[in-house]
Amino acid sequence: MTTKPKISRAELAEQFRAFIDPDFVITDDETMKPYECDGMSMYCEMPMLVVLPETAEQVQRVMRICNEHEVPVVARGAGTGLSAGAMPHKEGVVLSLAKFNRILDIDPLARTARLQPGVRNLAISEEVAQFGLYYGPDPSSQIACTIGGNVAENSGGVHCLKYGLTVHNILSVEMITAEGERVTIGSDGLDVCGMDLLALMTGSEGLLGIVTEVTVKLLPKPEIAQVVMAGFDSVQKAGDAVGGIISHGIIPGGLEMMDGYAIIAADDFAQAGYPREAKALLLCEVDGTEEEVHEHIEQAENVFRKLGATSVKTSQSEEERALLWKGRKSAFPAVGRISPDYYCMDGTIPRRHLAHVLLEMEKMSKEFDLRVANVFHAGDGNLHPLILFDANVPGEFERTEAFGSSILNLCVEVGGCITGEHGVGVEKIRQMAVQFNDEELQQFHDVKAAFDPAGILNPGKGVPALRFCQEYRSLEYKQHKHDTVDAAHG
Amino acid sequence: MADISQTLKEQILQARQTGQKLNIEGGGTKAFMGRAADTDAGTLKLAEHTGIVEYHPVELILTARAGTSLAEIEATLAEEGQCLHFEPPRFGDGSTLGGTLACNLSGPARPWSGSVRDQVLGIRLLNGRGEHLRFGGQVMKNVAGYDTSRLQAGAMGTLGAITEISLKVMPKPAMSLTLVQDMPMDDVIHYMNSRAKEPKPITGAAWVDGKVYLRLAGAKSAVEATAKKWTGEVMEQGDQFWQQLQHMQHDFFAGDEPLWRFSVGSTAANPDLDGPWLIDWAGSQRWYRGEADIARLETMAKRAGGQVSLFRGGDRTDEVMHHQPRALKEIQQRLKKSFDPDGIFNPGRLYSWL
Repeated sequence: MTTKPKISRAELAEQFRAFIDPDFVITDDETMKPYECDGMSMYCEMPMLVVLPETAEQVQRVMRICNEHEVPVVARGAGTGLSAGAMPHKEGVVLSLAKFNRILDIDPLARTARLQPGVRNLAISEEVAQFGLYYGPDPSSQIACTIGGNVAENSGGVHCLKYGLTVHNILSVEMITAEGERVTIGSDGLDVCGMDLLALMTGSEGLLGIVTEVTVKLLPKPEIAQVVMAGFDSVQKAGDAVGGIISHGIIPGGLEMMDGYAIIAADDFAQAGYPREAKALLLCEVDGTEEEVHEHIEQAENVFRKLGATSVKTSQSEEERALLWKGRKSAFPAVGRISPDYYCMDGTIPRRHLAHVLLEMEKMSKEFDLRVANVFHAGDGNLHPLILFDANVPGEFERTEAFGSSILNLCVEVGGCITGEHGVGVEKIRQMAVQFNDEELQQFHDVKAAFDPAGILNPGKGVPALRFCQEYRSLEYKQHKHDTVDAAHG
Repeated sequence: MADISQTLKEQILQARQTGQKLNIEGGGTKAFMGRAADTDAGTLKLAEHTGIVEYHPVELILTARAGTSLAEIEATLAEEGQCLHFEPPRFGDGSTLGGTLACNLSGPARPWSGSVRDQVLGIRLLNGRGEHLRFGGQVMKNVAGYDTSRLQAGAMGTLGAITEISLKVMPKPAMSLTLVQDMPMDDVIHYMNSRAKEPKPITGAAWVDGKVYLRLAGAKSAVEATAKKWTGEVMEQGDQFWQQLQHMQHDFFAGDEPLWRFSVGSTAANPDLDGPWLIDWAGSQRWYRGEADIARLETMAKRAGGQVSLFRGGDRTDEVMHHQPRALKEIQQRLKKSFDPDGIFNPGRLYSWL
């Protein structure tokens, strides 16, 4: 790991200013302040300095200097991350890729686009719409988040059951290694010889390299999409209905579930016409050719009715479809309105355990005395519990964190994982010890060392140091035992 | 159906002690792939490490031990109306799931349905220290830790012995239909890509012997409506053509002539090389038969935005995979060392230097 930097802030800044516009080598606290955190604002740290290069050559030189002096480097895109993956290192450099914001090339026939990493996710689809194409992964933050960050987090979105995650939708990346080498991983073809380094890079949270270019695959825009909304009087029934759709051979473009709390909040916010009395709501979007959508929508409606839906409604126009989605897409800010603060979790679970997990969560909610609302990417088992709290009440955030950590442990217990799409970052680093044993974590450290021998890329994130894991596991165990005993007595 | 992971582990630990190397073998149907195996090495046999560990049709997820045959897996899935929609090739009855991932093999549907690597959700792996590690999981979204599961795709066992794989499965399409028509090779790249650009249920686009084949698959109404709009004749027994392509039983693949695989940009002009060609994956995968110098073909592949490998036949003592640039070679050597510090597994099988 890194030791104390052998170079001062002033010396480092001077070296950078020799080849980067001095205005974009930032060392004063006031200008650096916005970089102290990402979307996970509970975790803050001021960096030693911030640098905004604008060419891959400049990134290379920055990396060579930092590698030589063993200065930590934290890459940053739009800063929308939700696990503090882009939180600065206090003795390190924040390398912002904000100036890499150009779409370099679009090839409509090959259905590919070559992008700089700072291009916003939504901007890609907007730009290629003229060719009848779009980019598949659509994380909720797509207005702001960038493709470079998407690669770092392997971002998904509401359509990934059918269209996959970032890893399924990119062809190649150009990256600068920790040692300042410029390499291309992947090609214009669908695979390359040797180990699949492109998959390894995707979701590596800035720990293995700095991406300076991404080539994505584009998809033909479906002729038509329609949404069926179905309300249920229990979560169990809604869960069964999800299974019913899939057993029917239908793979929806999007399949989302909300619980009672989220339904009311979202409907208050968006006036989407949700069934407010329902305990669970499903939004099932089917896309494709007109014939196919017509066929599948009819089947979906029947499946929902047969499996006990209390209300079923299908969008009849684009406006109506947009409105039904608006509620779901604004669920986070909607919940934000009914609570001073909320903490968004990101576990995944095998879908068959959904009812059990929600029930357990309800119990925990009472134990921790904190409310929780649930939105769920039901198609792929990705659960986003939103814990409502007030940061101004002393001790409430700590309790929220403890609640969150119990939820993640529960996800692992039922065969799921601690993060579906937000990444580990700093936030979930302790839970890594629950998901993996020491041998597996050591293998991760060894993988990192293969790319970054000096350990300068985003140190302290993603994979915990083994010496802390034992302690954390025994702590968790005690906590768990305590909870179980409490529950038994309660 | 048996779990022999403990025996495998002991064999690895013993090999580590005695300095022996190990060739990993599943059903033994892919022995022709990669560089020639080290004849001094022992064999780590996965063929008996078999069985479907878990299968939840409603979750679209299956977990099987690496030595389980594709035949068994696909038969089990078929009972539930599901399939491996990356259409893995079988080179014999014994072809296993583990070998399919290690060699990253997928069939004609690959550009639309994804590859075997795309469907992998998690693995268990015995590394060179004999540690039985678990990566990924049985859920479709999982970003905890590095994606060392998909890293195995194409690594040809050089990082360890994959012992178990969880992967996403899909419903079988309700119907499929093949359109065929005559077309010269010069026109076919543009034609296939134009079709692939339309939002229609296409799941196959190949060209061989002056004919282009397009497969439509999905909801009956959508397939039939598209077939009416597009040119080409509906092919009798079209499924048979795609199966021959998938399992490399088409006449094009017969004989001992070296078989080269170009994995290139789908719209790239075809390499200027006389001889028989078969184009698949709407232009992204192109097969060539003939004696050739790999360095010369690499230049051509690079110009087409991709890479080339000697898939079968020819000189297998020399390199058979597209060369790696220095930086990537070093990273892969270090990765190899991190998983297999003593270089036990499949020495020299992928590259002479690995």
